[in-house]
Amino acid sequence: MSKPRVLILRAPGTNCDVETAFAFETAGAAPQVVHINRVLEDAQLFAESQILCLPGGFSYGDDVAAGRILANQIHHHLADALQQFRSDGKLILGICNGFQILIKAGMLLDGGSPEAAPLGPQATLTWNDTGLFEDRWVHLAASGDKSPLLRGIDSMYLPVAHAEGKFVTSTPEVLDQLGEAGQLVLRYTDPASPEDRDVGYPHNPNGSHRAVAGICDATGRVLGLMPHPERFIDRTQHPRWTRGEAADVGDGLAMFKNAVAYFG
Amino acid sequence: MLWEVDIYPASGQPDLAAEALAAEAHDLGLESLQLKAGRGYLIEGKLDRSQIQTIAEQLLADRVVETTVVAEVGAAELHAPPQNNMQAVHVLPKPGVMDPVAESALRAIADFDIEVEAVRTLKKYWLPELSAEQLDLVSKKLLANDAIEQVIAGPLDFDRLQVGDAYTFELQHVAIRNLDDMQLADLSRSGQLYLQLAEMQTIQNYFRELGRDPTDIELETLAQTWSEHCSHKTLAGRIAYEGPVEPDGTVGTRQFENMLKETIFAATLAIRKKLGAADWCVSVFEDNAGIVRFDEQDNIVFKVETHNHPSALEPYGGANTGIGGVIRDPLGTGLGARPVCNTDVFCFAPPDTPADTLPAGVLHPRRVMKGVVSGVRDYGNRMGIPTVNGAIYFDPRYLGNPLVYCGTVGILPRDKSFGAAQADDYIVAVGGRTGRDGIHGATFSSAELTEQSESLSGGAVQIGNAITEKMVLDVILVARDRGLYNAITDCGAGGFSSAVGEMGEKIGAEVWLERAPVKYEGLSYTEIWISEAQERMVLSVSPEQWEALSALCASEDVEATIIGRFVPSGELTLKYHNEQVGRLPMEFLHDGRPPVIRQARYAPQPAETLDLPAPADAYHEELLAILGSLNVASKEWVIRQYDHEVQAGSVIKPLVGAANDGPGDAAVVRPKLTSRRGIAVSCGMNPYYGDLNTYHMAASSIDEAMRNCVAVGADPRQIAILDNFCWGDCENPETLGSLVLAALACYDLAVELETPFISGKDSLNNEFSYVTADGEKQTIAIPATLLISAMGQVESVDQCVTMDLKKAGNVLYLVGITRDELGGSHYAVTQGRTGGRVPQVHVATAKATFLAIHDAIKANLVQACHDLSEGGLAVASAEMAFAGSLGATLHLARVPHDDLVSHPVSLLFSESNSRFLCEVAPDRAADFEALFETIAENGPLLANIGEVTATNRLQILTSENNPLIDVETERLKAAWQKPLAW
Repeated sequence: MSKPRVLILRAPGTNCDVETAFAFETAGAAPQVVHINRVLEDAQLFAESQILCLPGGFSYGDDVAAGRILANQIHHHLADALQQFRSDGKLILGICNGFQILIKAGMLLDGGSPEAAPLGPQATLTWNDTGLFEDRWVHLAASGDKSPLLRGIDSMYLPVAHAEGKFVTSTPEVLDQLGEAGQLVLRYTDPASPEDRDVGYPHNPNGSHRAVAGICDATGRVLGLMPHPERFIDRTQHPRWTRGEAADVGDGLAMFKNAVAYFG
Repeated sequence: MLWEVDIYPASGQPDLAAEALAAEAHDLGLESLQLKAGRGYLIEGKLDRSQIQTIAEQLLADRVVETTVVAEVGAAELHAPPQNNMQAVHVLPKPGVMDPVAESALRAIADFDIEVEAVRTLKKYWLPELSAEQLDLVSKKLLANDAIEQVIAGPLDFDRLQVGDAYTFELQHVAIRNLDDMQLADLSRSGQLYLQLAEMQTIQNYFRELGRDPTDIELETLAQTWSEHCSHKTLAGRIAYEGPVEPDGTVGTRQFENMLKETIFAATLAIRKKLGAADWCVSVFEDNAGIVRFDEQDNIVFKVETHNHPSALEPYGGANTGIGGVIRDPLGTGLGARPVCNTDVFCFAPPDTPADTLPAGVLHPRRVMKGVVSGVRDYGNRMGIPTVNGAIYFDPRYLGNPLVYCGTVGILPRDKSFGAAQADDYIVAVGGRTGRDGIHGATFSSAELTEQSESLSGGAVQIGNAITEKMVLDVILVARDRGLYNAITDCGAGGFSSAVGEMGEKIGAEVWLERAPVKYEGLSYTEIWISEAQERMVLSVSPEQWEALSALCASEDVEATIIGRFVPSGELTLKYHNEQVGRLPMEFLHDGRPPVIRQARYAPQPAETLDLPAPADAYHEELLAILGSLNVASKEWVIRQYDHEVQAGSVIKPLVGAANDGPGDAAVVRPKLTSRRGIAVSCGMNPYYGDLNTYHMAASSIDEAMRNCVAVGADPRQIAILDNFCWGDCENPETLGSLVLAALACYDLAVELETPFISGKDSLNNEFSYVTADGEKQTIAIPATLLISAMGQVESVDQCVTMDLKKAGNVLYLVGITRDELGGSHYAVTQGRTGGRVPQVHVATAKATFLAIHDAIKANLVQACHDLSEGGLAVASAEMAFAGSLGATLHLARVPHDDLVSHPVSLLFSESNSRFLCEVAPDRAADFEALFETIAENGPLLANIGEVTATNRLQILTSENNPLIDVETERLKAAWQKPLAW
């Protein structure tokens, strides 16, 4: 079996590309980090990959709003190429800033463009309720089988590190619809009461509605999440590994292995 | 046409900016300030309403959570108050101040195929009716900082965005040949040269001999190169010292030709000589950062810088460019190191200082702290470099002059560790454009701060643009590996002037100033030359390398421009459109500065005893007071704002323990994801000890930095340290004497512990002067503040240890002798007691202890390890217990101590150095003890002093089993977390 090829897209300010490539490599994929200018010159580069990953960081400084400028670039120049990528049955993963970019480019909701969503975007990721960037570990519950990247995963313990990660929908109805469609695939939980569907700070680090930490598109093959699975591959990345609380392999690796297995 | 787009939170969404400001207004004494906050953009260009509407809705605002008001500047709808009786106040960056968001927006608008000419951001506030006085206060102290921002109350009244006016070239000379001494001194001050009279005289003589006056650019070049900031002339100069010269305090005299060389550097030389073939230093005190060996493929580098004066005036921008600047040091070391982690240490006045007691020109310490923390956060996080270690110290003497230390560790291949400019190489500027920002930073940082500094030196204050630097970092690392340049250095203090001057020192250089890309028109040739605009690197590139380098940079939209050539002339020649504007021999520039000879004296404080009250029955109030003191208290509010895990190398995080919130001793990172080898980073600093004796302060700081590193598992035989001296006015012989004494301690400790200094930096003149209401001049000097930063190495990160207690039933060993050393301790500070013996380092014991602790950790005998520092045994045991969500019972009578100790306060709170509290499983206790058998010092070095319990109480008992301390750990933790839980 040949290794699935992963295109890890980097732009000015992307800063989690190296460890994300490492996570894919550890999982058995063949990642390549590619600068946005290369795909703007030749969108065919996407065709050579099975997986597209938008890693974390501060694309263009998160100036204007987190992920906004790269999302705008994608919308204006790469929307067709990405729609093709998706309709070819491939996988798209956006982590943290990548999630912000995907949602603002309309790749997760809204049919791919502002024109397709005349009433305006359905959802966004905005400022944390604390008004601050925060780095902390969170408990997550995965639900449903919509996203192949989350197959077989019930829960994960991963770090978040962001200022603009609060998931907000334009109306309560949108939130209900997404829930019913099984697209609200990851939520923050309180380990003391894992069934609580609407936990507060600090378990829900940003005040996301319904504690949403990640969503997928209608096909399930496009996934965006705020936590960083690539930061928990090795046991010594766990904040309490010296207390014997970490398993041999980090929780995040399973997602990357799922991506590889999908093409196996 | 000039459009304004105002953006507000949509109804039902929180107004986070207004909430934060209302909280800060409270600190200013303005109760319940009701305001609304918006952000906006001014967009100039030939675009119509539908186009601006598209940009507003699809780019600038987030329609899910925000609403917009779009109109031409001045239109009535922009000024419809959200509630009756509210007035609008606009805050805009001053012309020329970096506005990264506007730059990004300008580029993003181009993606819409809409052409605009200029963009500027603004903040818009709706305030209730206030008196003119209150409005002024709110504008200046809350909404804007006059150093970089302008405030416009009411509607904006301009119709175009200001751009620079064209510059008309005119060569400027400065007539100095006929000036008398007083006039020379005046010129030095009014021209912001901040040179000493002897230096001005040397320059005067040089040009008298040439038979002409210097041009302005020549004089500026000399001032930059000879500035304290760039040349460290005080500490690297001649000093006649009188004071203690031996560790035991024996008084004598020392004559230094070059004080730093004969103390700090000399220690490293001695260690390297002793190590011989096993020498693991690679390049020390030569490059922009010190370099040491890491593994078979790579070296690691470390540099710590200060950015104190800019941070005093504009805390956000000062700290922002402080971290941005120090990141460029490793990047400018060898052929360029990849940054792997950052450190930050700050000193502020207490955040609860009453606002009405502040002298004019001083920002409130709380505002300074918030600004500094956000400045480091926004730059470090954007660069993708984890900020993993730091400290914050509070003392009223940092009021007008806070300290901001920023450090960066980097990794670089062994074969890329050295570079040198070659004759006929091009001088290439890479990265940000040159602007009028940051003029006179180098000379300004070498001057004393006064209440006028704000208006005088505003140009020295800058805002960084981290993404420009990240783009530079990305291409430089590729260019390095492809061999596309021969040398690299950063453009820091002094700008091109310093960078080109340093690189071409041994060759000569010709610079074509008009070629440097500028942010806007209107810069004079001199401004281009000395601007300290951020995010620029200077490369030495051969003509054969140039094409590939240029193409690589262009492929990632990084600007790279040839601005001159290293011409083998031995001279620095500056040209503007082919006209020579300056010409100086490299020799005069670098070696022409007259030697500065200074007197230094240190009279040790007369030994004063610290009077202790009669032994009491209980000490938990004292313990709670120390835990709740600002220096000891949890810094979680700060730490969480830094991404401390990006790059995924995090092994020991700054916060550790059962609830991820205990105070770790040192951070450990794995710089290579494919390797188990780690780097431990820690620091040590004890300004209070310095008030009593700077020798023991320096010694204690080194011991503290090392024991923090050792406590997590670093090998004490391979710890490199850095010195950062922040001192007051060293023209004052007593002040300089206290620094020399600290440097002598650095020599003694480094040599004995075999821990080399590899880099350092000093910042002198940290004093703030102001005039009181009575017209009296007051000066506040900072306490002598030496930061020691340590970089250790861990063979395999899987051996690392944290400080949180792990398991009930385990044994607690106290390693190290407790002495009667309460001088400068946190017990003394919190109880308002003065005098006492300052902690000393018993070097031979320290060295043996570090080795034994390391052996124990390597042998997997240690479950938890914490060093004893501020607050001594009581605080260390409390921290270990609450971090581990466990209890502990300790027996004070078993604590190993010297003969002078008898009082329980000394046993509980003494801050004697080289001590650790270790948790060991009962079945490994014998193995652990055996490792320390040979280090006895008038008695055993360690004792089993108690055990870990499941009680969630910290109990410290007397020999009669009476509890001196018996408190729930939750209560201890709450006291520790409360002060800075913002």
